[in-house]
Amino acid sequence: MSNPLADMAKPDVIFCIGTNMTECHPVAATGLKKAMARGAKLIVADPRRIRLAELADVYLPIRVGSDVALLLAMAHVIDREGLANHEFIEARTAGWEEFRQHLKAFTPEWAAKICEVPAKDIESAALCYGRGKPGAIYYTLGITEHICGVDNVQSLCNLALMTGNLGVEGGGINPMRGQNNIQGCGDCGAETFVFPGSVPITDEAARDKFAAAYHRPDLDLGHAMTKVTGLQECGKSIRAMLIDGENTVISDPDKNHCEHALKALDHLVVIDIFMTETAQLAHVVLPATAWAETDGVACNTERRVQRLRAAVPPAGDSRPDWWIIAQIAKRLGIPGFDFQSPADVFNELCSLSPTYGGLDWDRVSRESLNWPVPTKDHPGTPILHVDNFTNGRGKFMRLGYRDPAEVVDAQFPVWLTTGRRLQSYHTRTQTGRSSGIDYLLSEESLEVNPEDAVAWGFQDGDWATVSSRRGSVKIKVRATDRSPRGTVFASFSFADVPVNNLTGSGYDPATHTAELKVCAVRIERATN
Amino acid sequence: MTEHSMNATAMERKLTMTLDGQPVGFSEGETIYQVAQRAQKNVPTLCYDERLEAFGACRLCVVEVEGVKAPVASCTTKVTPGMIVRSGSPTIEKYRKTLLELVVSENREVDVNPLRGFASQELTTLVDRYGARTGRFKGKKSGTSNKSDDNPFILRDYDLCISCYRCVRVCAEQEGDYAISMMNRGFSTQITTEFNGRLKDSDCTFCGQCVQTCPTGALADKKALRAADLPGEVTKTRTICPYCGVGCSVDLLTKGDRLVGVQPAMDGPANGGALCIKGQFAFDFVQHEDRLKKPLLRQADGSFKETDWDTALDIAAAGFRRALEQHGRRSIYGIASGRAPHEAAYSMQKFIRAGFGTHYIDNCSRA
Ligand code: SF4
Ligand code: SF4
Ligand code: FES
Repeated sequence: MSNPLADMAKPDVIFCIGTNMTECHPVAATGLKKAMARGAKLIVADPRRIRLAELADVYLPIRVGSDVALLLAMAHVIDREGLANHEFIEARTAGWEEFRQHLKAFTPEWAAKICEVPAKDIESAALCYGRGKPGAIYYTLGITEHICGVDNVQSLCNLALMTGNLGVEGGGINPMRGQNNIQGCGDCGAETFVFPGSVPITDEAARDKFAAAYHRPDLDLGHAMTKVTGLQECGKSIRAMLIDGENTVISDPDKNHCEHALKALDHLVVIDIFMTETAQLAHVVLPATAWAETDGVACNTERRVQRLRAAVPPAGDSRPDWWIIAQIAKRLGIPGFDFQSPADVFNELCSLSPTYGGLDWDRVSRESLNWPVPTKDHPGTPILHVDNFTNGRGKFMRLGYRDPAEVVDAQFPVWLTTGRRLQSYHTRTQTGRSSGIDYLLSEESLEVNPEDAVAWGFQDGDWATVSSRRGSVKIKVRATDRSPRGTVFASFSFADVPVNNLTGSGYDPATHTAELKVCAVRIERATN
Repeated sequence: MTEHSMNATAMERKLTMTLDGQPVGFSEGETIYQVAQRAQKNVPTLCYDERLEAFGACRLCVVEVEGVKAPVASCTTKVTPGMIVRSGSPTIEKYRKTLLELVVSENREVDVNPLRGFASQELTTLVDRYGARTGRFKGKKSGTSNKSDDNPFILRDYDLCISCYRCVRVCAEQEGDYAISMMNRGFSTQITTEFNGRLKDSDCTFCGQCVQTCPTGALADKKALRAADLPGEVTKTRTICPYCGVGCSVDLLTKGDRLVGVQPAMDGPANGGALCIKGQFAFDFVQHEDRLKKPLLRQADGSFKETDWDTALDIAAAGFRRALEQHGRRSIYGIASGRAPHEAAYSMQKFIRAGFGTHYIDNCSRA
């Protein structure tokens, strides 16, 4: 997030796109409700009539995967109505004139056809955001889990840049991260494109620094391989894999493919706290300590680095992940794994990461700061881009609209979109094992618009078979007007309804983020 | 702004009042209670929660203001320049004691298990401070418990309710949910949901906010209370919720080696005392019987057999060595977890980069 969570209560206008915040980030949503109680306006763009939509001043039930079209048209209107912030554009951005020319063609009428919402609603949304001082944008996986995920994010940047909503209190572009330490995972360099500190692997100086620190003179310069490619290469160029606490088989798109891939490996080692579907495919399963048993550090969605503390002893013989990894490394003769404590590991990270330079174990145990924290006396950086952007000027990107990897047709006439629910989390290895949660959510269901349910001959609770080009699942039908006509929804949390059998129609070419949000399906009555 | 500098600026603008004979500065809009708190006056409250709009229902926080006949509620009264306030004269202290004696007479019990909730000890503490267990009033017991609500999270024990409205207000003001409201007035006042039904059938999301602000334990944490009979003191450990990226601060409640409950950290930077159902109630997985307790090796028939760490680690390492020797350094891949701490993620990427000189490492954010 460019801005801290505390800013959520401050904007004049809040634009939420592709985020089911009240269910996925409930506590953050309380800030938003407070802003609204104070008179802030809310714009919501989401195919489903989620709870947030009911609170909105302007609600745009856009067709799944049509975000870029909407955002281009909003930019068009903001410029046409003279709401662009020329002072900011002049001082801080690049490429405005070209972008402006580019926008000419993208009228609300053009977008209305693609997004399947009235042009006048697109106008209202644009005017509302354009007039917000400040206006804040919030989004989640609904934006990134598309083949055009990068285009979606860049379209949002364009909007924030042209209205000068970056580097200001209560504004910004704010992705809400789904997992407690997914931000930290990137910060630590556990991501193919970056070193610790989010420095690109194509940066020569950084390569040299890590080659020296890790005693690895032949460390690659560039040459990334995403997990998607890694899985495709299983049994071919990739022969052995180490997976730490990641239930890949259930959470990844195209489950069948994924299972086959892992089975094709010569050697699979899985570190986890439960015997997950993924662990069952391993040759060696190593038991890790769980949350509440492990001392460590995590970073939340607003870049706040916080201490995790152990309160109970480890289950059985389980050990912290870092210890397990270090033991394997030592046996392979990899240097630099003599860590004695989590503090040793964290302090090494800080010594190598420019964004964590001013942090160390003792400091994070005393205070929680938002990175970048470059020096020991630096107070942290709650708001990014206040005086300048990391790469100089903020660049406008000229983008076009692309259809999703798969569109509905005669054979698969219904859009399926996926997501999370309030009461369960990810693949339920944790929430599924906490007593009481089943009282509220015991099984998965397919949310179908009531009129569609009637048209397709279903009653609430009937079983349906949902099929895509990749597979099929059996699931109970639930009629609800949260779903628009022609679009159905399910979450991927229940192993007995592996919705990710259906998804996985494509990937964003730049980040390889899976198109989990959209695919085309067919719905039929299931026997029994 | 520090307390000191705030006082200094207020003084500069000559916003001063007199509190218990001492001149004190204040800022525009502050209540008597806020100023008294800063001056460490320890004014008692029951219906006050600093995160909520002051409400003025319990009258425990009353103080005397010169020129005003009746005592005023300090939590709802704004300070005006030159105001002269006495925060705890003998008359006021007696008045407070009588109020507490009345509350004691109406409640089924005052000493409740601290596992009931974060604020559950507020009433007991005040009753002790004022020595209010005199039994001077023989009150009729108020309220009725909704024992028919079978939800596994929130106990609704209205025999203990004092109608402070904190639960209702936290739901409306903090959560923006309006799931609970008040029914009836006066003695038979009772906290209820729409239609007085089960919470499950209301707008309730089971975030637990009402439980944690209740000053008497009338709303209580059913899950934590499962451990009421376990021996030992409750210990609190500050950590961060293991679920989503908001990163709410929580206190883990333990008794001996058992994890028995979770309470929100009122000063948590990301949540300021708020949690959702997952952070509040979904912690049993940690000590679940399904946890892996020993390293496991796959057998020829596909089953798994327990082993010791040395054997498991030797075999784990041998497989990577074999891949390296037979297929080269580009044959090994690592996947890190977005749920494990930094130390896990950092070690994973170092294992790949230092071990094999590649960037064949990724995490689950792409799915
Ligand atoms: S249930 Fe608790 S918080 Fe709610 S009004 Fe009664 S005493 Fe106050
Ligand atoms: S309590 Fe809820 S909102 Fe807060 S971090 Fe946990 S899952 Fe997220
Ligand atoms: S605390 Fe002021 S009236 Fe209750």
